[in-house]
Amino acid sequence: MRLLYFAWVRERIGRAGETLELPSEIRTVAELVTWLRARGPEYAEAFARPDLVRAAINQQHVKPDTPISGAREIAFFPPVTGG
Amino acid sequence: MSVRVQAEDFDVGREIAALTAGRTDIGAIVTFTGTVRGEAKGRAIASMTLEHYPGMTEAELERVEADAHARWPLDATRIIHRYGEMKPGDNIVLVVAASRHRQAAFEAAEYLMDYLKSRAPFWKKETAADGSGQWVDARETDEAALLRWSPKVPSAKVNG
Repeated sequence: MRLLYFAWVRERIGRAGETLELPSEIRTVAELVTWLRARGPEYAEAFARPDLVRAAINQQHVKPDTPISGAREIAFFPPVTGG
Repeated sequence: MSVRVQAEDFDVGREIAALTAGRTDIGAIVTFTGTVRGEAKGRAIASMTLEHYPGMTEAELERVEADAHARWPLDATRIIHRYGEMKPGDNIVLVVAASRHRQAAFEAAEYLMDYLKSRAPFWKKETAADGSGQWVDARETDEAALLRWSPKVPSAKVNG
């Protein structure tokens, strides 16, 4: 699975993206966040406040309970601040 | 679709001219330009850097633009959003809405900005004079601004 990180999520994890083999029992975005948090202190810091991290699947905004089946690309980022 | 995401600056007059060239059906053109403020929370800003999500940014801006066209009788629209490093006073974003009458153009320009601010994947980082950087926090007022637009169009619904 292709994962992308932006803004302070990217800075805390220390990379802009990576391709990871996800366990098949991960069904939703929230479950993926829980799994990522256990990968190391940099992930734990990035996802310390999951309510402050937004997600997109295949470049569309999604909610934590959205299933990840069919995802090619999942991105995590802070609430957007453009405009 | 008339959406551009670019590092380069834009010229408001040139964009209006390009949008209206050869057309006599348009009676009202509203533009909004967002610029970099030199101060944030009492702190002087040396520069602002905008990061974005290439691909999704364009897709979100096109969705917002399509929603505006579904809600108002618009003859033409343009959205330009810059990324990269900018200085205080520099242009960040341009929205142009053109219609036969002013009400649709005014309302659509405001709608485009409200949705763009809450949906388009951009993130601002401010750099102070001493070189320290700070990510700009999202404002709850930006999300609240969406509530005044009734969910008339399914694709305009909040889904994130």
